[in-house]
Amino acid sequence: MVTASHKKKMDLGKRNTLVALTFILPNFLGFAVFTLVPVLFSFALSFMKWNGSKTPEWAALNNYINLFKNLSRVSDTFGPALRNTLIYTALTVPITMFASLAMALLLNSKIRGRNIFRAISFFPYVASLIAVSTVFKLLFIPGSNGLANGVLNSLFGVTVKWTVQQWGVYFMAVLFSVWKNMGYYMVIYLAGLQGVNTELYESAALDGASNVGRFRYVTLPEIAPANFFVMIMLVVSSFKVYDVFFQLFAGMDNNLSKQTTVLVYEIFSAGLRGSNDFGRASAISMVLFLIVLIVTLIQFRGEKRFTNK
Amino acid sequence: MVGEKRRSWLVTLLLYLTLAIITIATLFPFMWMLVSSIKAEEEIMAYPIIWWPKTPLWHNYKDIWTRINLLQYVENSVILAVVVTFLQVITSSFAAYAFAKLRFRGRNALFLAYFSTIAVPWQAYMVPQFIIMSKYFHLNNTLWSMIFLQAFSAFGVFLMRQFFLGIPDELCEAARIDGLSEYGIWSRIMLPNAKPAIMTLVIFTIITTWNDFLGPYIYLTRDSVKTIQIGLRMFNSQYNTSYGLVMAASTVTLIPLLIVFLAGQKQFVQGVAMTGIKG
Repeated sequence: MVTASHKKKMDLGKRNTLVALTFILPNFLGFAVFTLVPVLFSFALSFMKWNGSKTPEWAALNNYINLFKNLSRVSDTFGPALRNTLIYTALTVPITMFASLAMALLLNSKIRGRNIFRAISFFPYVASLIAVSTVFKLLFIPGSNGLANGVLNSLFGVTVKWTVQQWGVYFMAVLFSVWKNMGYYMVIYLAGLQGVNTELYESAALDGASNVGRFRYVTLPEIAPANFFVMIMLVVSSFKVYDVFFQLFAGMDNNLSKQTTVLVYEIFSAGLRGSNDFGRASAISMVLFLIVLIVTLIQFRGEKRFTNK
Repeated sequence: MVGEKRRSWLVTLLLYLTLAIITIATLFPFMWMLVSSIKAEEEIMAYPIIWWPKTPLWHNYKDIWTRINLLQYVENSVILAVVVTFLQVITSSFAAYAFAKLRFRGRNALFLAYFSTIAVPWQAYMVPQFIIMSKYFHLNNTLWSMIFLQAFSAFGVFLMRQFFLGIPDELCEAARIDGLSEYGIWSRIMLPNAKPAIMTLVIFTIITTWNDFLGPYIYLTRDSVKTIQIGLRMFNSQYNTSYGLVMAASTVTLIPLLIVFLAGQKQFVQGVAMTGIKG
């Protein structure tokens, strides 16, 4: 009896594995061939010299060394790309966080038509970047025409070369990205705010806390997990930025200059535009991956802290 | 908020005023796009602003279909959105069912493989992916490349698995006793119970597929396979001076998004909140 049921269990186990594999395989095959293998391939290529036609040669750390050795050269584009990406991230993350939290607080109060306002502020996130960036380009034309310069000119008598001057580039990219993405993070904040225990507000009110005090001592600590999550997501997506810069600043030649290049563009231009320097492309890819990995690891630690609270 | 006194009319006024300003700022680029699409070039560039053109150039909306292969691009984008979404929902809910409800050897290892790639940005392996896709499968310049690129994301598996975990195991057990096969349980119990998650996945996938730029830009260089975003970008740099036409084409690409968004707004917002406050 015992052995029979044991045997039956074994067969069942085998059969279960087989059935389970048929469920997983359709997705896993595609995932393995087009995601898992490329990920490993990218890692391996970063230690090799390869242009796609000859056999790959082992290059040890040369690709990485070259990235950082050439930083001082005039022709270097990796340095500017890293700098632009870092500055863009440093500006976009806090501004988006502030704007989306403010918006969420506003929409969490009792107002009429809350859902309509919420939908409106969310739509820029859904709208295609290619379409809406064209409008921004139009508004910030560097010449005397264009709305931004029109206003500046009539008020202060100045015109700004938006797409040429370095700060103009950052200004446009950050403004555009905050406008486009704040609705998304607002929704996350709203979900966080709706989870705040209302009794805490009541006792704070009894203690005579002001609005500011309530925000500082009740709301902020309560939405700390949402705050943290939004920050991590923003940092990761900011480091991966590409289309914002490409759309706003690449001209007819589809090139980005030193003022406007970003990490992903450097990967793209080294690996996918005919120069076929796959070693360099993969080395930059690994730099990007390392940054994202560090941020993700911080997220794991933080999540543990928040869930253990 | 509870425990709050009634707001004074001044606070209320300020609140709505702020909201009005933000709403205008949010919608301004869309308005600008819409109005510019029927303006003449000099009117678009004019300052002080011309809020409404003297003679609206409605024919811009007719011209865009002949100036570039817009119809072809729309068609390609629609095909991609439909096929990718269909494959995404089927294969990821299939895999998610095994991960959430079946016990088998190697489950954790397989799941780890999915999980660990989530941290790797696509941009960090897009180059080797292109090499594999074009060198070994010869799929560049076909819509298949985009389908394979987008249909098997780990994101879909995660989303569906998360939702399936919330469906009680007893439901599956009862169905098994009633003689339903695992495939039957997947199709008759899991899928109908996971409608909100499926809707979220559908809407997410449609929107990301429709809006995707870098993928198609890398893979689709032949005109006959270009998607709407690539067409728009091309239009943009080709007709650098005819902004009216570019704006009209941009508006056209936004209309399907607006429809999908309005139809599935609730699911979309819920989905964002769901992925946002997970755990």
